[in-house]
Amino acid sequence: MNVLSWGAVEPQLPILLVVIPLLGALLTTFLRNSFLAWLVATVVAFTLPFISIHLLVTVLQTGQPIVYNIGNWEAPFGIVYRVDQLSGYVLSVIAIIGAVIMPFARRSVAAEIEERARSWYYTMYLLCLAGLLGIVITGDAFNAFVFLEISSLATYVLIALGKNRRALLAAYQYLIMGTIGATLYVIGVGLLYVVTGTLNFDDLASRLSAAIVDPGQRNAVVTALGFIVVGLSLKLALFPMHMWLPNAYAYAPSFATAFLAGTATKAAIYLLVRVVFSVFGVGMTLENLPIGEVVIVLSIAAMFLASISAVFETNAKRMLAYSSVAQIGYITLGIAIANQAGMTGSLAHIANHAIMKTALFLALGAVFYRVGSVLYSDISGIGRKMPLTMAAFAVAGLGLMGTPGTAGFISKWYLAVAAIDDGMYSVVFLIVASSLISVVYIGRITEVVWFREPSKAAAQAKEAPLSMLIPLWLLVGATIYLGFDTRATVGTASEAAKMLLEGVQ
Amino acid sequence: MELLKTFAAHYNYFITIFLMISGLFIVIARGNLIKKLVGLSLFQTSVYLLYLTPAKILGGTAPIYEEGYKLYSNPLPHVLMLTAIVVGVATLSLGLALVVRIKEAYGTVEEDEIFAKDPEAE
Repeated sequence: MNVLSWGAVEPQLPILLVVIPLLGALLTTFLRNSFLAWLVATVVAFTLPFISIHLLVTVLQTGQPIVYNIGNWEAPFGIVYRVDQLSGYVLSVIAIIGAVIMPFARRSVAAEIEERARSWYYTMYLLCLAGLLGIVITGDAFNAFVFLEISSLATYVLIALGKNRRALLAAYQYLIMGTIGATLYVIGVGLLYVVTGTLNFDDLASRLSAAIVDPGQRNAVVTALGFIVVGLSLKLALFPMHMWLPNAYAYAPSFATAFLAGTATKAAIYLLVRVVFSVFGVGMTLENLPIGEVVIVLSIAAMFLASISAVFETNAKRMLAYSSVAQIGYITLGIAIANQAGMTGSLAHIANHAIMKTALFLALGAVFYRVGSVLYSDISGIGRKMPLTMAAFAVAGLGLMGTPGTAGFISKWYLAVAAIDDGMYSVVFLIVASSLISVVYIGRITEVVWFREPSKAAAQAKEAPLSMLIPLWLLVGATIYLGFDTRATVGTASEAAKMLLEGVQ
Repeated sequence: MELLKTFAAHYNYFITIFLMISGLFIVIARGNLIKKLVGLSLFQTSVYLLYLTPAKILGGTAPIYEEGYKLYSNPLPHVLMLTAIVVGVATLSLGLALVVRIKEAYGTVEEDEIFAKDPEAE
């Protein structure tokens, strides 16, 4: 019997999605040669999108979730991995971003990380990837916590190895905030376990509807919801719990920033959606706690205040980090509105924002590689020296503003439609107004890099190497392509939204 | 009297909440990076109690499927907390390693002195 036949491998794909990067991480710890470590990490990272897309396509075709029982222990006794429309979609986003940036990694990591730490850096990267994929694929609340911590611990190291000493402090602050967030989440899960005696998401959902009616257990359930929402909001950097994010992104090595900006907060957003919609059911959530209203207000505050911080920033990476906080505000806004168009827009923006923001950070990473700084004063006029890189930056920036013809427009369009559907016309106005602020901050950096005389540092620079330009332009191409052909993003997102909202009724 | 009885019956939970709040308070109120980590550890430790208190049955044994073992504690929360302890140890050691590097880079582990040296880091 051929053990490695496709028929034997296919049922094991969900677990392979986590096991392959974990084994890759183990392998890279033994490789002292950083090129070999990079090669292993690249091979691993490029297998994952094929697996996740195959899983997603299977789920979309059959309409049924794929459930994988670990060790053949069926739910609710064992831990299950569960791929449905939502998790398959987010898995694919994370896996694709994780793979596309790998060609960029080699030169960037070689320039920014000490020789002896390089192969371990790829170890941390693969652990982080395994953790993020694990959060999304698992069907068990406590297992999700463990993966959350695996990815977070790896993230702290990825950030701390930045060249500037502030990276250490940023990593420390993130460690404190991230641990508090994860601990709040696990307290909430503990309360749910005491009430229901189960940790499986599906099982929790069916037992909670009984528990919520019981006045003795109701308080525990509502408290658990509060703990989980606040804990995960810290992780996903919902305003005003975003204070760790700007420094962490600004001082991390370029490669880590590009990866984290596209994936880390998205996994936390996924977990929040999973718990609030699939486990608690949004009907119960909204009736008992004004979580929806609170999140809408915080999202709008993020869209404006973080964007305004971005306008006055003079460090390009910090500027984009603040912009990330604002963009997360758009995502949580649609989730909080919680209708079909809102969920679709938010879920589509998970992919669109991941693609655009990773492209922007890759462009800055290429600039950092050539100039050694991303301060506005050092990169002024760099557009004349690195036209291909900065043209890509400009196109991705247009996407971030929500210009028609780019991916960013599509998600904002759906968000505006969602607000109209719910009769919140002022929110439509606020979405447009906050997009105008993003025109200001993207416009400001565009003016700096294209229309000013090259600075001393910029005058010496030359175009980025091909290994950096290819991933960059792939993502920029995707930004344009997904602005016209939205089947991959909006099509899948609306399926996922339908499933989430059906589960609620 | 009734109140005292409730308190006595649930004293584990009061200890849990006390540890939780004091841990979180130390993280927020202290400027020393090591003390912050102590508070963080305390905060995480309180969660172990939160899980273990309802799981432990007085006089219960490990779940052994055999004659003579009738009463047993729920093993699952104990196992979960074993994992959480590992996570806590990893977080604490990574945090301490970061503090060592911060001390090397800044020459101090006091938050206000670090911010004085690096105004933008705040």
